[in-house]
Amino acid sequence: MSSSKLGDNDRKHRSSVSTRRQVLLGAATAAGGVLASGAVGASAQAKPLSVPQTAKEHGRPIEPTGYGSPSKFESHVVRRRSDVLVNKQNFSDWSMTPLQHQHGIITPNGLFFERHHNGVPDIDPNTHKLVIHGMVKQPLVFTMEDIMRYPSVSRFHFMECSGNGLTDWTQAKSKTVQQSHGLLSCTQWTGVPLSWLMDEAGLQPGAKWVAFEGGDASAHTRSIPIEKVMDDTLIVYAMGGEMLRPENGYPLRAFTPGWEGNTSVKWLRRIKVGDKPWHFRSETARYTDPMPDGKWRQFSFVMECKSVITSPSGGMQLRGPGMYEIEGFAWSGNGKIKAVDVTTDGGKTWQQAELEGPILDKCLTRFRYRWNWNGAPTKIASRAVDSTGYVQPTVEDIAKVRALTGFVQHHNGIFPWSISEKGEVANAIA
Amino acid sequence: MRSLKVIIGTIAALGVVGLSSGVQAEKARPPVKYGKPISEADLAAWDIDIRTPDGKGLPAGKGSVAQGKEVFEEKCVSCHGDEAKGGPVYGTMVGGIGSFKTNQRLLTPGSMYPYAPILFDYIRRAMPMNEPQTLTNDEVYAVSAYLLHLNNLVPADAVMDAKSMAALKMPNRDGFIRDDRPDVKAKRCMKDCK
Repeated sequence: MSSSKLGDNDRKHRSSVSTRRQVLLGAATAAGGVLASGAVGASAQAKPLSVPQTAKEHGRPIEPTGYGSPSKFESHVVRRRSDVLVNKQNFSDWSMTPLQHQHGIITPNGLFFERHHNGVPDIDPNTHKLVIHGMVKQPLVFTMEDIMRYPSVSRFHFMECSGNGLTDWTQAKSKTVQQSHGLLSCTQWTGVPLSWLMDEAGLQPGAKWVAFEGGDASAHTRSIPIEKVMDDTLIVYAMGGEMLRPENGYPLRAFTPGWEGNTSVKWLRRIKVGDKPWHFRSETARYTDPMPDGKWRQFSFVMECKSVITSPSGGMQLRGPGMYEIEGFAWSGNGKIKAVDVTTDGGKTWQQAELEGPILDKCLTRFRYRWNWNGAPTKIASRAVDSTGYVQPTVEDIAKVRALTGFVQHHNGIFPWSISEKGEVANAIA
Repeated sequence: MRSLKVIIGTIAALGVVGLSSGVQAEKARPPVKYGKPISEADLAAWDIDIRTPDGKGLPAGKGSVAQGKEVFEEKCVSCHGDEAKGGPVYGTMVGGIGSFKTNQRLLTPGSMYPYAPILFDYIRRAMPMNEPQTLTNDEVYAVSAYLLHLNNLVPADAVMDAKSMAALKMPNRDGFIRDDRPDVKAKRCMKDCK
């Protein structure tokens, strides 16, 4: 990947990263598109300071009302649609979180990834209703006001699309971590345990599965085992401290912690209880995994343990040898993150990274590792271990037991970035 | 509403203080019921799901291959192309049967759907994309019949209804296995790994 081929957006992104890093690391000069190391420029004499204009005049007054926005200097930090797998329409499509710009573990609501099957509806909460019926003792209908009268629970969890990474199994197609891993976000979810509402309706004997159905123009549906429904599934109306955004299910969605995102059906309007799964299109023709001998794996709900380095990551550039902090995210749909290892020599040796708290169940966990780059070309990668003892595999490990053909879901393989002798960071999955 | 909720929430929180053991501890169900009873008859307009292996939920009605071709050419062809061979927006919906044992799996309703009633369920709930849930049940049966015929799964004079949709054996019926992960056991090598 040559820098001359980078688009405007990528250039903006690169220079913004360098700005952040130079501030943090105290480098003296600003050059576009580089990650400054602590060693370079640290001894150069800084220029004398002058008082900036912002200190000499009024700032903007407080508006009578308003909803705040990020600084105009952060306008490059936005969701982006896939630039690898470009759809011919944008109703059944997706947009991705700029993970390389995310600080901490919480994704801002305006940057939370999107996946819709037929666009974003604008649903009036005063008319929205949720129905629970089928194999229950008493079918029930709830208004939003009804649901918000219950005591609420709030929980921190990641959400990941089962298709995250599907463009980068055997070929390095994505240029940035936003494109390779951006169908991943994390927030605090607020709502009601679904088990409360199911108990209120009363399950009939033999109730084993439920169908979630959305009130959007795809009427998206998934069959969910009753065990998950009664365990930790939530009906949520808020995320990140405010009501859900329209693109994330306003006013009401299901939330199935640790499971592939599309099981957390958005714009939820109906829950039907049954004794068997429905085998909808969305759990047969889609969201299934190709397996050897022409088979398909079905109801593969859990997003298994995974991690990725977000800095340095694709499209960034290191500026000379020196100390760099490698940082990234680890997460598991099966529990908490127990450890993350980092390699800086292409997988020959691994060192344990530092985990930054809080370390929560089914939640993004930050890892950090200080690395002294000697200036030689190399590959870096991370490998997560979760509380079940599961170790994040390589793509080669996965390819031994699954068929990597077509649009393959559930990519939790170790993801390497290459670093050239010029310090250019690029996708090195293959 | 808000202050009442705060009060209820506080009471509930006090009630489970002794039980909470972690940051995201489970809360006990509060002794309240806010759902309103409704009859299955009164929610029938929303009750559109089909249990596809046995067709439970398929409505009355029927449609022929010929009628389906007419509906398709009016409402579907602009995206899916002539004879569903692929159009400006979506790829082909025909063929692919037998392709799954090759490295070029072609996914179509004919090759991929394990049960024919999936066609009815999906077309009724989601198609046409610009005006879903507007086709009559007869039109949905007809379009289903046409797509099945294009995939050589029913003859040109076929008429599909609840019974024939449920009875049709699809090529990929036995193509699925249940989730059996974890299927990979990676080792946590730290030195001399490659």
